[in-house]
Amino acid sequence: MDWLNILSNSASSIISPATMAYALAALGLAVHFGYAGLLNMGVAGFMALGAYGYAISILTFGFPWWLAMLVGLVASAGFAFVLGIPTLRLRGDYLAIVTIAAAEVVRLLFLTTAFDPVTGSADGLSGYHGSFRDANPLPDGNYGFGPWVYSSDQWWVRIVGVIALALAVVLVWRLMASPWGRVLKGIREDEDAVRALGKNVFSYKMQALVLGGVIAGAGGIVYALPSAVNSGVYVTSLTFFVYTALLLGGAATVFGPLIGSLIFWVLQTLLSNLLPAMVQAGILPFMSQIQAGTLRFILVGVALMLLVVFRPQGIFGNKKELTFVR
Amino acid sequence: MSGNAPGKKKPTASRKKAAVAEAPRPSAPKQREKSTGLHIGEAAPGVAKVDPIIVADGVRRTFGGLTAVDVEHVEIPRGAITALIGPNGAGKTTLFNLLTGFDKPDAGSWVFDGSSLSGVPAFKVSRMGQVRTFQLTKALGLLTVVENMKLGAKGQKGEKFWHSLVPALWRAQDDEIEERAMRLLTKFKLDAKADDFAASLSGGQRKLLEMARALMSEPQLVMLDEPMAGVNPALTQSLLDHILDLKDEGMTVLFVEHDMHMVRHIADWVIVMAEGRVVAEGDPVTVMKNPAVVDAYLGAHQDVDLGVVTGRYGDGKAGAGVTAAQIEAEGRAELEDEEK
Amino acid sequence: MTITRSALARRVPRTIGVLLALFTAAFAVILMTVSPASAAPSADGDPYRVSGNVQLDGEPLEGVRLTIDGPGGLQEVVTDANGQWKVGVPEKNETYVVTLDEETLPAGIAVVDPEDDTPNVKEAEVGQGGRVTVNFFIGEGERHVTSFFDQFVQRSVTGISFGLMLALAAVGLTLVYGTTAIANFAHAEMVTFGPIVVGAVAAAATAAMPIEAALAVAIVIAIVLSAGLGLFLDVVIWRPLRRRRVGVVQLMIVSIGLSLTMRYLFQFFIGGGTTQLPFAAMEKIPLFGVVQMSWIDIASIVISIVVIVAFALWLSYSRVGKATRAISDNSPLAAASGIDVDAVVRVVWVLAGAMAGLAGILYAYYRPGLKWDMGTQVLLLMFAAVTLGGLGTAFGALIGSIIVGLLVELSTLWIPADLKFAGALFILIVILLFRPQGILGRRERIG
Repeated sequence: MDWLNILSNSASSIISPATMAYALAALGLAVHFGYAGLLNMGVAGFMALGAYGYAISILTFGFPWWLAMLVGLVASAGFAFVLGIPTLRLRGDYLAIVTIAAAEVVRLLFLTTAFDPVTGSADGLSGYHGSFRDANPLPDGNYGFGPWVYSSDQWWVRIVGVIALALAVVLVWRLMASPWGRVLKGIREDEDAVRALGKNVFSYKMQALVLGGVIAGAGGIVYALPSAVNSGVYVTSLTFFVYTALLLGGAATVFGPLIGSLIFWVLQTLLSNLLPAMVQAGILPFMSQIQAGTLRFILVGVALMLLVVFRPQGIFGNKKELTFVR
Repeated sequence: MSGNAPGKKKPTASRKKAAVAEAPRPSAPKQREKSTGLHIGEAAPGVAKVDPIIVADGVRRTFGGLTAVDVEHVEIPRGAITALIGPNGAGKTTLFNLLTGFDKPDAGSWVFDGSSLSGVPAFKVSRMGQVRTFQLTKALGLLTVVENMKLGAKGQKGEKFWHSLVPALWRAQDDEIEERAMRLLTKFKLDAKADDFAASLSGGQRKLLEMARALMSEPQLVMLDEPMAGVNPALTQSLLDHILDLKDEGMTVLFVEHDMHMVRHIADWVIVMAEGRVVAEGDPVTVMKNPAVVDAYLGAHQDVDLGVVTGRYGDGKAGAGVTAAQIEAEGRAELEDEEK
Repeated sequence: MTITRSALARRVPRTIGVLLALFTAAFAVILMTVSPASAAPSADGDPYRVSGNVQLDGEPLEGVRLTIDGPGGLQEVVTDANGQWKVGVPEKNETYVVTLDEETLPAGIAVVDPEDDTPNVKEAEVGQGGRVTVNFFIGEGERHVTSFFDQFVQRSVTGISFGLMLALAAVGLTLVYGTTAIANFAHAEMVTFGPIVVGAVAAAATAAMPIEAALAVAIVIAIVLSAGLGLFLDVVIWRPLRRRRVGVVQLMIVSIGLSLTMRYLFQFFIGGGTTQLPFAAMEKIPLFGVVQMSWIDIASIVISIVVIVAFALWLSYSRVGKATRAISDNSPLAAASGIDVDAVVRVVWVLAGAMAGLAGILYAYYRPGLKWDMGTQVLLLMFAAVTLGGLGTAFGALIGSIIVGLLVELSTLWIPADLKFAGALFILIVILLFRPQGILGRRERIG
């Protein structure tokens, strides 16, 4: 087994765009689920709108990259708003079903051949990198050390990702430390009690839904920055993986989503390299390399079940502080 | 306070209750004088009040085929403690929910302090100065006690999305609110718990917290849904005192309660509901003698103490042997006590 | 049904232990017989391609509609300005049927091929390369038209058949929700489990007996094992969680984790490709008008109706059925009035498992083909059906399922076929806007 390569790949995933995208999506979900108690199962839809909003703006309308990003964020915000009007009055489990259905509708709309000229249907979209890469201030060449050697374009994607993540973290952290965050946490605990204290619960939930939606949309954009957009990515499994990442770190925390996404991706990369290598080396008998690749998704499912039952506050959370949202 | 609650007695020498001592109670609140002369004319269902804070007309609410509330006319007197009693399923909590905007009636209108509340959402009702608590305590478990309290304050600048990002805009107000919260917590003897999670409080402490939190909004009318339910007897006394204090501070109190003895001790006015209607009104003593009330509660078993049937008659000494006559005697004694 | 009654009657823990052991053993044997994965796990973005070019005398025709049917479902596509069209398909080494809608050709133009009775319908095999091109001979000639009414009838029949199949799965989902408050995402995998067992057992049994008998045996074993799966999951996961008083949101997320686990376990064992069950490619026989069905289609409808009616009778009249409804209505009250909630919930899981397995088998013929994530494809439609009917009400789920089935099929008359699921889900959202409690649900009292 090529241990060096396996470990290097895993270490590299620490600052991969996918990790940052998951961290952003999980942070948005933390606003929804961890702080406001909204059981949003449509994270994939928000990410899809961010990504497609960005790509379509460039390819179809010829917007510059920064304006395209704005379009992606506005699309996610709009989706949150439209989704919120009917669903925020619904009970938790209804909300989950409606949001997951809405995200599927979004995905199917991007997948259908009816809008192929704009969405690329099953092929997705690519080749929208021109203006973003032109804006890259880094000179050409490869930089970095150890496992983290990237080209200047790859670094540019990572820098933008880190900036987006940092902005989102500061924003959420400030908000949750303010009276606004206090109202939101109160709503999570018992919305009727908060309503009885004269707070417009619907309005707060809507603000939280839009805020989290925009952050998840930013995650979608970061996910789309390095290569391509494909509707096959934004399936319900993506939502479930983001939940797993979130619950790993702790749902009602600012840094939990970051740490959770980091653990999720490092482990995923490690296992996707390690397990097939183990089969090849004859350590894992009775399975093919493809089966070994599937094994890591089985482990995700098992991890999600065990987490939610035995450590609902996340692996680093304090049980006393963060029991589970009801 | 409205200050014009007429007939409110001038403070006279405080008295010890002699008559009450005959029948032992789980807790004997220090007797304060009751407000009287709240109504105009004969005390009957729907009687007009001298200075009503709530006037409700034709409020109906049905669930499927079942009529939960059907109130023709009712007025809640200002500056007094009004009890809403009635057997289980009488529609008390439903009426509470309707009055506070937590539920929508099929028909009817009601006015709070001169402005119509029909169709006004719950949070606006609360902002207008009519705050409620819940039968099942709603302490916000994963917020600290002091955070619970601060949530109650009205008009917070930092609760607006964009303002909240600039602490300079709200920090001073927040500190002020915290100070007020701590004062109230001290009064409710919860100050030692201020930084604990509300989930760690006992049931009675949660009731206290919920009431204190409601007071943070400086309401005119406090509506308490079964404030005594599930409260440890050791805390009953202090809870009763707090309710009486509300009146002294000029607030109007409307509460739902099953414990007749508590009702008799602190209520100035009693409204009795049965099967969704108001069946009787009056001061506590006369209402308890009202045959319609005894009927509503007891049906045929008229020789049982109301307290036994409807509430937790704490110490078990008052068994089924207590008769309706005894209740009357007790009531009369209290009335005499009142008039001394 | 007899299985479940006896399971309830003998409430000896040892019986359950034996059942579990048997079930685990049977599961293991079946997984042994399944050949290891050969096909690569397919991405969700349909990697293979069917495409073509519609031209008249060298001039491209724009806006011509074509439908492509085969594994992965019906798709619809319209030619672009260059007369070109393409669709993504999920499987290679499979045959797809491409139909050109002659109504969308210019007037007086049709697909002409004297050798063929239906020249506008072609079969195309996606081979190893994963790509195939289909072209039609276009010229002046007589068209082969299906009128709107005929299409309406045809799709209504398909829709009802699909709805009934959906109902089989959805009533289990809604009963589990009603009795245990679990919005069970892993119900999708209970659906997938049935056809997987059929595939494995039928493949193994054809060596020993004629294929018809092998299929019958396989189906019976599959339903028994699906019921066992329901029981197994209740005993191993859900009952311990009930004991721990785990909250509903946590239960939902556990079911998501379970769904992922089982789904990828299936992929682990059967691979990412589509396998056909015996008789999947049965010839269609004309019934009435334009409606054509194979014997499998007819059997599917009959089986659905019989099982649903039997289930409705059981729910309405049997002791356990009444107890089930009582628990759905008010669990603490039911428990207080002496109903053994745990036992009834166990029966519900067994029934839900059996019916989901059966629905999965029928779905494998409807799609056609069995695939590791086939249950997930209809999970949201099941949820839509259940939500439409009102969460927790079995009869609501039945009505909701038929509505969803009809919506999915009839919507293709107006919207592209690859958006038919989206249409149904969209209507779910719209209906919840006006009637959040569903069609048969009750509004909840506040306070």
